[in-house]
Amino acid sequence: MAGVSVVRPASWPLRLAWAAFALYLAYALSHLELTPARFLAGLEFGQKFLAKLFPPDFQRWELLLKGLKESLEMAILASALGVVVSLPVSLLAARNLMPGWVTWPARMLMVVCRSFHPVIVAILFVKAVGFGALAGILALTVASLGFLGKLFAEAIEEISLKQVEAIRSTGAPFMSVITYGVLPQVHARFIGFSSYELDANLRNSTLVGIVGAGGIGGTLFAAFQRFDYDFVCAIILSIIAMIVAGEVLTNAVKRVFRA
Amino acid sequence: MPGAAPQASAVPVSPSGAAALVIRYLCKEYVRGKPILRDINLEIASNGITAIIGPSGTGKSTLIRCINRLVEPTAGAIVFDGHDLTRLPRKELRAVRRLIGMVFQEYNLVERLTVIENVLSGRLGYVTPANAWLRRFPRADVGEAFDLLDTVGLAGFAHQRADALSGGQRQRVGIARALMQRPKLLLADEPTSSLDPKTSVEIMTLMRDLALERGIPAVVNIHNVDLARRFARRVVGLSGGGVVFDGTPDGLTDHHLMQIYGGENWLE
Repeated sequence: MAGVSVVRPASWPLRLAWAAFALYLAYALSHLELTPARFLAGLEFGQKFLAKLFPPDFQRWELLLKGLKESLEMAILASALGVVVSLPVSLLAARNLMPGWVTWPARMLMVVCRSFHPVIVAILFVKAVGFGALAGILALTVASLGFLGKLFAEAIEEISLKQVEAIRSTGAPFMSVITYGVLPQVHARFIGFSSYELDANLRNSTLVGIVGAGGIGGTLFAAFQRFDYDFVCAIILSIIAMIVAGEVLTNAVKRVFRA
Repeated sequence: MPGAAPQASAVPVSPSGAAALVIRYLCKEYVRGKPILRDINLEIASNGITAIIGPSGTGKSTLIRCINRLVEPTAGAIVFDGHDLTRLPRKELRAVRRLIGMVFQEYNLVERLTVIENVLSGRLGYVTPANAWLRRFPRADVGEAFDLLDTVGLAGFAHQRADALSGGQRQRVGIARALMQRPKLLLADEPTSSLDPKTSVEIMTLMRDLALERGIPAVVNIHNVDLARRFARRVVGLSGGGVVFDGTPDGLTDHHLMQIYGGENWLE
């Protein structure tokens, strides 16, 4: 083996770990009965399903449009509410501006909001306030607070305190220190985060309907249960169109604010 | 050389009126038992520039920030405008801060706001947060802000964003912002340390002329001994957290410099 030298000596613990991982994969496969026969049966199902999906059926477009409109409204309202709630909470959670006894409750609140998937939160709100868009809006607002609050707080923690110090030294009241010393530094990033959140809310607003919290999801779920696969296809295509439109919209918003 | 060093004489350099600022037994410890300022006693006359010189890390910035309590003093008294600032509650402190303009080493402008917004931020202590948010300032203040920009040589820059300016231009905005407060005292923390030598002289000239013209006493931390000699009416040498020289620039000898900065080779 002239000219060859081993630069990374074999590590037996690492090899053992890889072997254990491979064993676990084999076990999981066998446990879930993922046999080739099962896979082939699945393919057959899929073929039939795809055949039923097409062509999409847009005959009930009024129902479809009503659901989409509701989802869109829920997403925009929840995003707006989320931003409004996240601003003060993130300010309280910023460790460079607030003392510890203020930041930790704010952080706890955001962690709790982030702990559950929006669908689980939606189930809770459906039970609490009844079926419909209100439950969906509240669920999405909670999710928005969880994420926007954290992102906003992190952005605030990265600002230059020199600018804050200068505004403080003028004798400005606290709120003016925030609007002059802090907000200009984070404004552009906040717009970016908010548009991401709008994007996420658009997608989630099509989902929470499945548990009865309003929007196109309910229509989609009903269509599935009645085996109206051509209508399902129409709904799915419309959702894709809405998400793409949302993407274009949020990009336009970001461009306006970047200038 | 113990004994050889003449005690820095506390030359009374206030030619007119009472002191604008009196500092008594000021102490500051960031870490308990490790004072960075010990028993500072100073009286700042009601006009002219007082330069504070001293080695890095000796507490010049801390001293100047203790005056408007951007840094909380540990002990001592700071008397300004009839108040002991160290005892003022938050609200009154803010009211007094409005009378103390401050200029910073790195300008500390709000980078993403326009030049005129930065100058007007000197009035934030006088407008409500709501009006500040809506950028609604009294007409007289807006007029004064434009005049000040003119004075510092930045007419026509009002609507540029602060981060588009050069260092010297930014410091001019910083001076305009401080003067916009119509202050009774001007504090400057290393106002020229981030600038080239020529711009440094221009900025010091501007600050001295405006301070004298408006009768505002100024306390200026400065690294550069030559600039201190050239622009200050009085020089305070700080070393090891205490005042080791206090006198006129003429009285500042190499001997004192050795006492302030230690060593002597650098003087040659």
